[in-house]
Amino acid sequence: MPAKELIRLSGLTKTYGQGDAAFQALKGIDLSINVGEFVAVMGHSGSGKSTLMNILGCLDTPTSGVYAYENIEVQKLETNQRSMLRRHALGFIFQGFNLLARTSALENVELPLLYRGLTRGKRHEMAEKALRSVGLPDKLRNKPSELSGGQQQRVAIARAIVTNPITLFADEPTGNLDSSTTHEVMTLLTQLNREKGITILMVTHEDDVASYADRVVCLSDGNILSDTLNNRKNNK
Amino acid sequence: MTWNAFLIALREIRRNLTRAFLTVLGIIIGVASVITMVTLGDGTTKALQQQISSLGSNMLMIRPGMGFGPRSASAGIPNFTMDDVEAIREQIDNISAVAPVSSSQMGTIYMQEARSSSITGTTLEYFSINNWTLAEGRYFSSSEATSGAAVGVIGDTVRKELFNGEDPIGKKIRVGSSVIEVIGLLKAKGQVGMGDQDDCIMVPINTVQRRITGYTSMHNIGTICVSAVEGTDSDKLVADISSLMRQRRNLQPNQDNNFNVFDTRQIADTLSSSTKTMTTLLAAVAGVSLLVGGIGIMNIMLVSVTERTREIGIRLSIGALAREVLLQFLVEAITLSCIGGIVGILLALVICLGLSQLIDIPFAFNIQINMISFIFSATIGVLFGYAPARRASRLDPIDALRHE
Ligand SMILES: Nc1ncnc2c1ncn2[C@@H]1O[C@H](COP(=O)(O)OP(=O)(O)O)[C@@H](O)[C@H]1O
Ligand SMILES: [Mg+2]
Repeated sequence: MPAKELIRLSGLTKTYGQGDAAFQALKGIDLSINVGEFVAVMGHSGSGKSTLMNILGCLDTPTSGVYAYENIEVQKLETNQRSMLRRHALGFIFQGFNLLARTSALENVELPLLYRGLTRGKRHEMAEKALRSVGLPDKLRNKPSELSGGQQQRVAIARAIVTNPITLFADEPTGNLDSSTTHEVMTLLTQLNREKGITILMVTHEDDVASYADRVVCLSDGNILSDTLNNRKNNK
Repeated sequence: MTWNAFLIALREIRRNLTRAFLTVLGIIIGVASVITMVTLGDGTTKALQQQISSLGSNMLMIRPGMGFGPRSASAGIPNFTMDDVEAIREQIDNISAVAPVSSSQMGTIYMQEARSSSITGTTLEYFSINNWTLAEGRYFSSSEATSGAAVGVIGDTVRKELFNGEDPIGKKIRVGSSVIEVIGLLKAKGQVGMGDQDDCIMVPINTVQRRITGYTSMHNIGTICVSAVEGTDSDKLVADISSLMRQRRNLQPNQDNNFNVFDTRQIADTLSSSTKTMTTLLAAVAGVSLLVGGIGIMNIMLVSVTERTREIGIRLSIGALAREVLLQFLVEAITLSCIGGIVGILLALVICLGLSQLIDIPFAFNIQINMISFIFSATIGVLFGYAPARRASRLDPIDALRHE
């Protein structure tokens, strides 16, 4: 089966600030990602990984270049259309979780479903299922402040996958986790990729974490340094 | 989508009760203080207006002495006589009634109850000049007046204090050293600001002279009340009366008046201008408290801007549309503002009812000020709840998330 292209970047740049203070964080990225791939983005701090990921996740807009998602040129879309793309196709996992404070795990996970106009019963059912699949069936009523870092990250993952996105973007999803929790989260992501066919792009600076992916893209100072295929260590 | 936004907004309110409470509190304070102040101001104005109209319309008072006031009858200046009263009645145009007033404070006793009241010796015309009406019984007849019969008409306070709920008509009370029969009870005028008008006993003027005070001098009339025909030029009337009295009191051109003619319309004018001043002052204070309430609302809204901006970032990043987020914030702000406004109005109602009872003024519900303060506070609440949301929802989600 020939691989189908999901994401294509060409000449993508991002400049922060203006005039003298301008800083080019991405300097013309060309990249193609196929449906079903699990890609790790690596590079040292400040190389532009987060910047790239935010643009891919439609949270930020590129300064120039082309970002095509399923052949739709995203950079030409209007704000609302990009919102709809996020709502229906994309999931995003932040390094800092970005959960709503004082809000239970269940309600946090339900949040994306609220904007889909699902009934209360359906929302509950889907959110509970997502929380079960990330291994938190008994923390539904807990607020973020009552959860550990790993548990919060898993709530964030549940929130990202509860809508069954086509593509999942994760910016250092294990950045705040210890090694055993890291392994659990990575196993979960691998599972989502393998079993649900979700395309995953994940930023990490740990080789260990990157080794779960099929492909590693390495950034340096806003350019792609290398793009290599992995021999996955947990190939089945 | 509206229902959805409503749902999300209510969730957000429930989740942040402290913030919601503080916002609502700001609105409550603003609304309640403005309404309370203006309502009490209105009540006081109304009370004064009632007072003024109970004084009688177009009434003039002639008193000995240089100024107007309880202590103005300086020593050596003679009071008036019944002849003065008759002279005014016969020689002055445009007057509808004249009555003498001979007042003194005296002990009154009925059965076990004793107190001190103002005893006024006068004629029948006094009642119409001063807008008195009967609640029960009758006024004294002209034959009783001429003969100085031992009869009297009492005010409502005297009834309450002396008779303990008994019907006073036909009862005999001791006034000073003599006994008079109560033949009439006056309808209460109320007690506002200027002392208790209902604490009075009116008897024929001859009765005062003959039985109660035992004055021998004819100069025993402290005040002459005159009521002018409706629409009369009261300045001309004052001038006419003055020149008549000067003549009767044998004053030389180089002598000042040793009496004064007071037009009650002056009191009315003075009072209404001072209530106007008070209303203006209250409005200013009310404005300030509205502003303070408004600043309270702004404050709590601005304090939570960072958190709310990040919340907007989260909502946008999971696919909410900017207008959905805005609608949520709008619903939240409107809900809180309305709750605050309604509670503020209710609170003001309770305070005003309580206070107007306490300081004995009528409760004047002013729908206009209720609306104005509600709308003002609600507008501030909505603006300051909505404006930061509007700004945040225009950002790229990542910028909203990064907000510090
Ligand atoms: N909002 C911003 N404004 C200005 N400069 C930024 C901003 N975000 C990132 N940068 C700069 O862009 C570069 C890349 O940042 P980032 O993509 O966060 O790096 P990474 O995630 O690889 O550590 C850094 O040098 C950083 O300082
Ligand atoms: Mg980063």
